[in-house]
Amino acid sequence: MSDEILDEITATEYKYGFTTDIESDTLPPGLNEDVIRLISEKKNEPQWMLDWRLDAFKTWLEMKEPDWPNVTYAKPDFQAVSYYSAPKQKKELESLDEVDPELLRTFERLGISLDEQKRLSGVAMDVVVDSVSVATTFKKTLAEKGIIFCSMSEAIQEHPELVRKHLGTVIPKRDNFYAALNSAVFTDGSFCYIPKGVRCPMELSTYFRINEANTGQFERTLVIADEGSYVSYLEGCTAPSRDENQLHAAVVELVAMEDAEIKYSTVQNWYPGDAQGKGGVFNFVTKRGICERNAKISWTQVETGSAVTWKYPSCILKGDNSIGEFYSVAVTNNYQQADTGTKMVHLGKNTKSTIISKGISAGKSHNSYRGLVRVGARAENARNFSQCDSLLMGDQCGAHTFPYIEAQHPTAQIEHEATTSKIGEDQLFYCNQRGIGTEEAIALIVNGYCKDVLNQLPMEFAVEAQKLLEVSLEGSVG
Amino acid sequence: MIKINNLKAQVEDKEILKGINLEINPGEIHAIMGPNGSGKSTLSSVIAGRDEYEVTDGSIDFNGEDLLDLDPEERAHKGIFLSFQYPVEIPGVTVSNFIKTAINESRKGRGEEPMEAREMLAKMREKAALLEMDKSYLSRSLNEGFSGGEKKRNEIFQMAMLEPKLAILDETDSGLDIDALRIVAGGVNKLRSAENAVVIITHYQRLLDYIKPDFVHVLYNGKIVKSGGPELAHELEEKGYDWIKAENA
Repeated sequence: MSDEILDEITATEYKYGFTTDIESDTLPPGLNEDVIRLISEKKNEPQWMLDWRLDAFKTWLEMKEPDWPNVTYAKPDFQAVSYYSAPKQKKELESLDEVDPELLRTFERLGISLDEQKRLSGVAMDVVVDSVSVATTFKKTLAEKGIIFCSMSEAIQEHPELVRKHLGTVIPKRDNFYAALNSAVFTDGSFCYIPKGVRCPMELSTYFRINEANTGQFERTLVIADEGSYVSYLEGCTAPSRDENQLHAAVVELVAMEDAEIKYSTVQNWYPGDAQGKGGVFNFVTKRGICERNAKISWTQVETGSAVTWKYPSCILKGDNSIGEFYSVAVTNNYQQADTGTKMVHLGKNTKSTIISKGISAGKSHNSYRGLVRVGARAENARNFSQCDSLLMGDQCGAHTFPYIEAQHPTAQIEHEATTSKIGEDQLFYCNQRGIGTEEAIALIVNGYCKDVLNQLPMEFAVEAQKLLEVSLEGSVG
Repeated sequence: MIKINNLKAQVEDKEILKGINLEINPGEIHAIMGPNGSGKSTLSSVIAGRDEYEVTDGSIDFNGEDLLDLDPEERAHKGIFLSFQYPVEIPGVTVSNFIKTAINESRKGRGEEPMEAREMLAKMREKAALLEMDKSYLSRSLNEGFSGGEKKRNEIFQMAMLEPKLAILDETDSGLDIDALRIVAGGVNKLRSAENAVVIITHYQRLLDYIKPDFVHVLYNGKIVKSGGPELAHELEEKGYDWIKAENA
């Protein structure tokens, strides 16, 4: 009986499944050196950038797609993917009036009207639609503080010394198969630099969107927080419905220098495929940050989308007294598969890390937590606390936990707690009896379960994330 | 208010209620007593609408409506409240958030506007005080880490907040020490009015010393085999249930 309720509840179609009709300039499918040269040329890049890409491409050709994650899928045909797609809007936009009305309508349907966002939340947004930025806001305020927040393409043109110095230092080109691919073909992304001692006065936010059928999206993000600075960065995305699998292989690098703090929050809602498991985005993301002395990096993610997710936002705690945090909610429904977690690598003395992971599995999905805590030979007094909880809805889904611990210092203190629970008929009936319908009850229970993670999100983002959790699990009741 | 007529219900092909007849009017307090396994909790679950019980015959009329046609949440919106024998835990959801959701969903179900935040807060404070609950209760996760007594008190708190027409207290006395029992019973008594009715399901006379029932019914083997006034409860306390079993063997 409860299974029927859960089936009904968890069988919701993706709400954000539609495409925007904007003219695009798209390369034919296929990948070789010429394609990379063409991308670089189209973006008017300097020689060093092209050389860097070509080197990454050579590395990639020798690498193999990883097969250790707990996911199964048809491996993408990399020659069937188009590696560049840009809206045919070339001129710089000063205000929203100049943005394609069709695009604005799309944002409205998603409930993320730029206007509202700007007015209500004071969020500066660098909106990425199919790899090229079309609107940038709040730049002036940021510029006054010396903060650079722009697209990666622009950063390569305007701040080549910063890009050249830091790009690939946290995630080397040869780090893994997808990072190498991204290094070769990334088309755009965001760049952020906070100068010494500056506290960024607003949340920096980027909305990503895959908009062109069959276009792989290779975002490249680099956030540099100079000594004693602070920044909170938000990344959120929704993608339109597609039959073909779309490949998304982003790379995000964070550099937190001495006494700096970076808070990086993500709401990920790529198209997960339909209820039969057809279509959906492949999300193979490499995210890593490095902490110098007394620095802190905090990753918070709410993952509800994608057919297949492979993602481990990590922290290299290089400097003494540095702190790494990872807060995650991962929801899988229908046939979605997620293998996600983190790596906390303790190298410096007195380094601390916290991992809070909340997995929710529904439908026939599989949700894996994979986490590594490594304490190096010189990391005296390193401490870690990990908590990995799994919530199951129905009896056809799976939750898996793969914790790895490697301690090379005798003073290391590592704690790991894990629980598995189920939304029971008892809980639902209890809520029903108090007048709360089943759908609202599930939203209430799930939000309660995720509270420790949602509390880490900036206010306006937390509300959106809560809504997203409800949408991801809501059904056709009523 | 509620008329139960020849109610039969089963779970997994096993008949548990074998023809219940019961009528309750506004302002009345009824106690339903009986040995373990007689069907007391099943009766309360069927009235509340738990779907693991299949109703095979009979009817429940609630203020002129056929209750059996309604979902559990709709029954709640109409004013049915069940105080659970084993209240469930909902981690991360505070008592105040839960009761706020419950009240506003019930209001929505009745086509009313949500309660104003200030009114809600004032009411929560008032009812918490009535049940001698510390304010910190409201910000704790629902029933998580609550003692048995705290859970039961929290049930009565929710009842006070929701102001049901018919409240069914399923073994609310079990797991309560004497002080908690006094507080819970005091709360129920203060909430009594000419418009609402209470059904107390219990094994023991104990709670009935504090909440005086107008009628006492003995449920045995899926049927009400005896009904009477408060004196019947005392008789059961003295003699136990064996004579009932013997009479109905």
